[in-house]
Amino acid sequence: MAAADLIPVNIVTGFLGSGKTTLLQRLLTFPELANTAVLVNELGEVGLDHLLLRHVDETTVVLPSGCVCCALRADLTAAIRDLYSKRERGTIPRFDRLIIETTGFADPAPIIFTLMAEPVLRHHFRVGHVVTTVDAVNGTRHLAQHPESVKQVAVADRVVLTKTDLAGRAQAEALRTACRRLNPAAPIFEPAVHPIEPDQLFTGDPADPSGTREEARRWLEAAAAATPPEMAAGHVGSHDRDVYAFSVTVDRALDWTAFGIWLTMLLGAHGEDVLRVKGLLEVVGVPTPVAIHGVQHLVHPPVHLDGWPTADRGTRLVFIVRKLPRQVIERSLAAFNRLAALGERVA
Amino acid sequence: MCGLCGVFGTEAHWTDAARPDSGSGAPPGGWTRRRERLHRVGLANKVLKHYGLTLADWNGNCFVLRSRTGRSAIVQHLAALWPVAERMAGRRCDPLDPALIAAVERE
Repeated sequence: MAAADLIPVNIVTGFLGSGKTTLLQRLLTFPELANTAVLVNELGEVGLDHLLLRHVDETTVVLPSGCVCCALRADLTAAIRDLYSKRERGTIPRFDRLIIETTGFADPAPIIFTLMAEPVLRHHFRVGHVVTTVDAVNGTRHLAQHPESVKQVAVADRVVLTKTDLAGRAQAEALRTACRRLNPAAPIFEPAVHPIEPDQLFTGDPADPSGTREEARRWLEAAAAATPPEMAAGHVGSHDRDVYAFSVTVDRALDWTAFGIWLTMLLGAHGEDVLRVKGLLEVVGVPTPVAIHGVQHLVHPPVHLDGWPTADRGTRLVFIVRKLPRQVIERSLAAFNRLAALGERVA
Repeated sequence: MCGLCGVFGTEAHWTDAARPDSGSGAPPGGWTRRRERLHRVGLANKVLKHYGLTLADWNGNCFVLRSRTGRSAIVQHLAALWPVAERMAGRRCDPLDPALIAAVERE
């Protein structure tokens, strides 16, 4: 089954009280989300009145590797399998999208891992955009004090700043700046200023051909705008200052095999600290760009785009990391890539 | 499952996608799966020698990692290689290690 035929699963995450349920409540009024199933981890103060609403209790099975991001969420597996089974038997409507609303302290990575690795789920579902809500009144404090909050922003594909109408102008601007620094590739929406439509949040994920090229163009712009780590890393002591984004370029086309060896080795050694990697690769022997997209140890299947989104070609990768040095990453990737160029392409 | 050796079919890993020969039609320059695996083993060995390890293809199905002391282990794909290599080598396999980068640059 092609990736585009799988049922997209969107994760809506965000710190406690950041407005996840309010956002969902509004989105679910749109007709295009009428066939959406929703799984919630906690029943909040704001009730969701939705036909396909299920509640799950958080149970995590840590795999023998002991890695936190590669933990299988047993609760989610059971809940999603059950939903799918009922959908196929016709006992519930045939939903075409699933939204998972996480708890305020949730780490989205195990949810992504569950969807990508669970033997049944991965044949019926695919990971769509991760949407993170950040509360403009308390968000800056949450980012400084809670690593969970930083990670939720770092792995987001879309950030929704809520309560900007209740926050002071300077407070909201500081939070916008912090979110852009943590995750320059994620567009920021402010529903208090412009009402959000579902397409803005959910279109253009890696398996969605309708928006992939536009999404790639956005990464490239983000790559150009990424804060140099030398500036961001100078401040220590709060969680959000330990995390920063930067872009890496390579001076020649990438050898796919060398890149695979390098990235698997990097994620093996530092996967916990590579919160996000996104890139557009110029691969030797491939005329069109290859998009790559990973969260910690998890890398989505690469996608061949049908063309370059801008006239500017060449490999560009955006990393969101915790305390990893850009120069060393760039030098290491270049060294591995040259290894292939020098070498042993078997004639 | 392989009827001869009992090895289960393995799941596709992301490094197996987007190869130059992926997609339809003949691969550019006659690139084949076999050739890709040889290339992979050759490149991985240039890195692994820094740790005293060698990798070999095993019937185009998986890889065998060996140490100088004769220990060996089967690994299915590149992501599975590094934790096993670390256990065999008794040290971290880190591409950001300045000594490894310098060694790779000298290759």
